[in-house]
Amino acid sequence: MGLRTILAIGLPAFPHNVLLVSTATTSSSRTGTTAIGPAPFAARAAITRTAAGIGLYAGAFGITFGALAARSGLSLTQAVALSAVMYTGASQFALVGVLAAGGSHLAGLSAALLLGLRNAFYGVPVTRILRPRGWRRMWTAHFVVDESTAMAVAQPAPRAGRYAFWATGITLYALWTLGTVAGALIGGGIDTSALGLDAAAPAIFLALLWPQLSRERARAVALGAAVVVLGLIPFAPAGLPIIAAAAVAILAGLLPARWHHETQCQ
Amino acid sequence: MITVWATVLVASLGCYGLKLAGVSLPQSVLNHPRVQRTAGLLPVAMLTALVVTDLFDANGRYTADWPTLAGVGAGAVALRFGRSPVVVFLLAIATTAAARLVS
Repeated sequence: MGLRTILAIGLPAFPHNVLLVSTATTSSSRTGTTAIGPAPFAARAAITRTAAGIGLYAGAFGITFGALAARSGLSLTQAVALSAVMYTGASQFALVGVLAAGGSHLAGLSAALLLGLRNAFYGVPVTRILRPRGWRRMWTAHFVVDESTAMAVAQPAPRAGRYAFWATGITLYALWTLGTVAGALIGGGIDTSALGLDAAAPAIFLALLWPQLSRERARAVALGAAVVVLGLIPFAPAGLPIIAAAAVAILAGLLPARWHHETQCQ
Repeated sequence: MITVWATVLVASLGCYGLKLAGVSLPQSVLNHPRVQRTAGLLPVAMLTALVVTDLFDANGRYTADWPTLAGVGAGAVALRFGRSPVVVFLLAIATTAAARLVS
């Protein structure tokens, strides 16, 4: 389908679609095919829209993080350094949470690393889809987070997966960091729980999880992971239940191929 | 102040190192069928784990914050009707904020 057809179809019903399509086109012509391969236009517009939505959430959630960091006694530079360099939300919240509660720096550090360990697991699907080589690995690694991985995995074709990874990873990075700056500047002046922002992260994670639950084996893994995590909450330190959930996925992956084939076809 | 900076930097570089280790797996490992099957399931398991801990884990104790649950529940209904993540996000925070006002 050509661009003209999309314009003709898209313009009357969804004027904003066209804007997003044209943005996607210019960005791809500027960057060439180095990181973002040509993906079908229809898929590209849908991915861009979703990535923009995730960016909005990232900005709002970044404000929550920045405000918490400021209340925990971190300076603006320290809060922004966490978002820009660490760039993995759950670890950042864990570190700042431990420091705010008066916990030791070592406890904060280990909670952050334990939660960050899941990003190493994400390397498996990300490397399969993006196939980064040489120095590109160092650049790609920085953008491996929950949202970019989930968006990449959700695409049926590797090209769309690559586009989804970069569109989501970069949008999220920019707005998460900007949100952190705003939140750290406002500091105690904002009541993020009154704004309902504590529902933001679980709602977005659920939205990213949702399309993948159409596969029966994924539903089984999700159920198993939920049971394991609920069982471990009172016993394991922060971050460990999430790593234990990875074991459920690995166990399911070890099951014979026939089981996977059968459940996938349903 | 210096120890805060040291913790921030060590934790940040450590988290980056974990990401880098993940994308540096050799091709022979990635091409293994079992690894390929596991790849798509890892985000499913970990997103589920994040949702469960966000909703029910308060530093190692069970918790249930009704406004948050109501917000995420509203988000789930929106997902059931095929809405996009941005709609889910806005509906979830609006519902939670409204539930906090009345409770």
